[in-house]
Parts: sequence; C-alpha cells; structure tokens
Amino acid sequence: MRPFDYTRAGTLDEAGAQLGKTAAVIAGGTNILDLMKLQIMTPERLVDIGRVPGLDGIEADGDGLRVGALVRNSDLAADGRIRAGWPVLSRALLSGASGQIRNKATTGGNLLQRTRCPYFYDPAMACNKREPGAGCAAKEGVGRMLAIFGTSEHCLAAHPSDMAVALRALDAKVAVRAADGSERTLPLDEFYRLPADRPDIETVLGPDGIVTGVVLPAPVAGSVQAYRKVRDRASYAFALVSVAAVVTVEDGRIARARLAFGGVAPRPWANDAVTAMLEGEAPDDALFRAAADRLTADAAPHPDNEFKLPMLRRTLVSVLRETTGLAEPSIGTDRTDAAA
Amino acid sequence: MHTQLDVNGRAYALDHDPRTTLLDALRDHIGLYGTKKGCDHGQCGACTVLVNGRRINSCLTLAAMHDGDEITTVEGLGEPGALAPLQQAFVDCDGYQCGYCTPGQIMSATGMLEEAKAGDPSHVSASLSGDVALDDSEIAERMSGNLCRCSAYPFIRQAIHSVEGKE
Ligand SMILES: Cc1cc2nc3c(=O)[nH]c(=O)nc-3n(C[C@H](O)[C@H](O)[C@H](O)COP(=O)(O)OP(=O)(O)OC[C@H]3O[C@@H](n4cnc5c(N)ncnc54)[C@H](O)[C@@H]3O)c2cc1C
Ligand code: SF4
Ligand code: FES
Ligand code: FES
Repeated sequence: MRPFDYTRAGTLDEAGAQLGKTAAVIAGGTNILDLMKLQIMTPERLVDIGRVPGLDGIEADGDGLRVGALVRNSDLAADGRIRAGWPVLSRALLSGASGQIRNKATTGGNLLQRTRCPYFYDPAMACNKREPGAGCAAKEGVGRMLAIFGTSEHCLAAHPSDMAVALRALDAKVAVRAADGSERTLPLDEFYRLPADRPDIETVLGPDGIVTGVVLPAPVAGSVQAYRKVRDRASYAFALVSVAAVVTVEDGRIARARLAFGGVAPRPWANDAVTAMLEGEAPDDALFRAAADRLTADAAPHPDNEFKLPMLRRTLVSVLRETTGLAEPSIGTDRTDAAA
Repeated sequence: MHTQLDVNGRAYALDHDPRTTLLDALRDHIGLYGTKKGCDHGQCGACTVLVNGRRINSCLTLAAMHDGDEITTVEGLGEPGALAPLQQAFVDCDGYQCGYCTPGQIMSATGMLEEAKAGDPSHVSASLSGDVALDDSEIAERMSGNLCRCSAYPFIRQAIHSVEGKE
C-alpha cells in the first residue's frame, strides 16, 4: 500500500470536512483495502466513518425502513423485518461474498464497491476507469465477466453488487449527504451513472459526498420475491447473471412486476418495456419467453460473453414461472404476507 | 500511530504504521502466528479471527480501525492440553492435511456456529424464517469463505458436525 493518513471521523460533519479529491471513505474496508494493496486506489487520506453514530441502525421510515450506511451486510440479511417484508434483499445479500466478509461489509460500501473487471485490477493494463483516457484493455481482451447492457466504447465493466440488484427491484432510494451537509434521496438509476466517456465517475456522489443510508419503501403485501444468481461455482463467486423479482399476482393476472438484473450492466439493470409486457397479463410461458427476448434485444455483448444472453433469458423465465405460480418455488423464492 | 487491542484477554498497546492490517498486527507486532496469511485479499479465510465475537478476515481490515476491540485468535480458543471442543474435533476427525487453513477454519466455524444458533439464514436455507438445521449443504455454504488447498472438506464438515449443539 502507498502511505496514507488515517483519520477517524466522530461525526458526519467531521467526515465531510476531512474528505476531498485525494481522500476516501473507509467503512468495512473489504473492497478499498483490497484495491489499495494493489495500488489501484491510492488515496492520501482514509477517513474512517466506522464509528460515526447514528449510521448503524435499521429504523421505521413511514411504512418502510431506513437502513443506515454502516449496517453490516450480515445484520441486514438477518433482520427479522427484512426477512419478512423484503426477503429478496436478504436473499441477495446472502448470495454474496462469504460469512466473514458479510460481517464486515457495510450497506454503503456494498453500493460503492468497484468493478471486478480483470483489467481494472491489473495496473499494467490500460483502463479508462482507473486512468481516464488510457484506453480499455477489456475490449480486445477476455470479456467473460463484462456487461452486456449500458456500456460505452470507453468501458464495458459490470457492477458486482448483489445487494444493489435487490434494492433496484424494491424501488429503494439511496440517501446521500453533500459537502454542505444537505441530504437528498435518489433512486438507484439516478445514484449510479452510466460510463459514457467518464467510466471513472460511477455515481453522482462526488469526492466529498457520503452515503448515509438506504430507504426501503413499504413492503409489497402478498408479493412473491426471488433472487436467483448464476455463477461459476455454487458459493463465494460473483454473478455471471442474476435476477431479482418482486411479483404480485391478483385474480390470475400479474398485478405488479419489478425486475432487476445483475452481472450484466454498470449498475443494477432494469427495463420498463419488459415490465409493461407482463403487468396486467395472465402468467404464461410464451409471454415470459417474449419478455425475455425483449430484455436481451437491447444487449451489446463482448464476443466472450454472448453466453450471458440465453443465460439471462432462461433465468428470467424460470424466476417468472416460480414467482407467478407456474412452477414450484425453489430456494431463494419467498412469499411475503398479504395485507392485514 | 497508536492502537489499543485486547487480544485473547490481554491488552496490547501498538505503535504502528497506518497501513498495518489487523492480520499483520497480530503476527508481526504481537507475535501470534496462529492466524495465517493465505491470499491477503479476502479470498481464502486463512486469516479469520473473531472481533467482538464475530468472524471476519483480518487481512481486509486495518489495525487502526479496531482500537479498543476484543480480538480472539486460535490461540485464545484453547491450548495444547486444554483444547476447545472444535479444536479437539479437528484432531479427532482428521480435519486437515497440511494444516495451513486450519486456524482459519476453526475460527470461522466458531463464529459460524454462533450465527446458526442465533437463527441467521444462509443462501441455501429453504426458509428465511428461522430454524437452522446444519446439514452438509448448510455447513458447506456457511464455510465457503474458507478454502482448503488440501481439500479436507469432508472431514472439516464432519468435525463441525461433531461439536454442533454440544457446547
Ligand atoms: C473475496 C470477495 C468476494 C466477494 N463476493 C461478492 C459477491 O459475490 N457479491 C457482492 O455483492 N459483493 C461481493 N464482494 C464485495 C463486498 O460485498 C464488498 O467488498 C463490500 O460490500 C464493501 O463494503 P465495505 O463496507 O467493506 O466497503 P469499503 O471497502 O469500506 O468501501 C468500498 C468503497 O465505498 C466507499 N464508501 C464506503 N462507504 C461509504 C459511504 N458511506 N459513503 C461514501 N463512500 C463510501 C469507499 O470509499 C470505497 O471506495 C466480495 C468481496 C471479496 C473480497
Ligand atoms: S471495461 Fe472498464 S474497467 Fe475494464 S478495462 Fe475497460 S475501462 Fe477498465
Ligand atoms: S489471508 Fe485473509 S482471506 Fe486470505
Ligand atoms: S489442510 Fe492444507 S490447506 Fe487445508
């Protein structure tokens, strides 16, 4: 690691004042220390927000919940309210990393973890995300793990978070504190930027912004929720593709369907046209196949990851069958309570 | 910089570079070599310790972040002649070959058994609502953060089975 100053912030104001262009927040440390050891991130100052009070709780927020930025991934997954009302979030968290890492990883850090593109991880290779304007070695390189949606000619990398995919399907918002102390909440599609010509700027946070938490809207009564992750080994691996679904069937028709896709884009991916095809319709295999075809019609794969298109289509169809009752639910598909 | 650690019930005052990981503090500053460095990147679990009772990878955290924390390493679980049940079970079940991953396996299993006792679900739990039955697939999933190059997995699972619910 390059030398750095370590400061521990006692309050958000203190943290905000200590941040800036050459500084970085450290929360759990499980991603940033990995990257600092490889000198891929080289902050001159680390601002430890781990002991800032008020960020480590899960509290009622209207009919929903507000999850503090420092809540550990394992605590969030195991929370009784989350398991009952937002089970897709528990499932997504439990599918990620390992028991040890989930005990350390935080909600904010998980949202802001960096890509696993192998060329981003190799300082000897050109990477626009590490060094804007340097070029992108992945384009002509091995592209198995890269994205198929939302990429640009400057960067093809996928966002690795499982948690964020579930949050997108739950229409959650990210609470962000600006340098002047003002706070706003943003849907994930506004929080995460697409790469365009600046893949190094991944969110709208800015150098001294701090994520303070995540806001979950009221649970969707009577929904069936699922997180399905497809990967190279059964555990402790990043997603090749994943699907998060929150689906409600009423009177034999799909009343509501929220879907998000992981491992396939620079941010959790969603597609309104697919949702529109499903809502109001009776569950049906031909419909599900058509929706899956619609989803991948927009894909722009790398020659190495064309396999992700049929894989994503099949995963979506399978998840839709289970969440609408056409097939028996498997592990990872859970029902929430009907409204009281 | 200065950091106070409570390791296995003993207080240590460290004077260290900010870059020192908890793993390097334990090995190079305190001289407890039970905790192993496998990958130094969170991928193998050899460095697993308990911090305030919960298992984490000590390679992916800074010593400075743990000022005042209680750390338990494999040396703190038990010693030759007075082994903890899980340590004894690894001996009895042949839960290792070279032994390099073993301290991490034992510390991880110690934390894992507490998580299961608290009813925390895993990725392979059929239901999220509680009751955890630690069968082979549950143990394998919950221990997937600990790699064993010698592939002693069947005996590691057997060792963990043999102490489950016994303490
Ligand atoms: C071996 C391994 C396997 C993994 N597998 C998976 C997986 O399968 N699925 C998955 O989703 N993840 C996986 N992960 C990634 C893991 O989920 C992340 O490392 C973790 O969530 C990051 O959280 P943290 O609190 O440790 O973040 P840190 O490392 O502390 O921070 C990460 C980034 O976020 C910034 N940051 C953190 N908190 C804030 C905040 N509140 N405000 C502003 N900036 C902030 C930091 O500056 C840094 O850039 C894996 C990690 C490892 C090491
Ligand atoms: S795909 Fe993105 S992260 Fe990977 S090398 Fe290209 S610019 Fe870097
Ligand atoms: S040395 Fe820490 S996980 Fe490998
Ligand atoms: S016993 Fe050799 S690595 Fe596990």
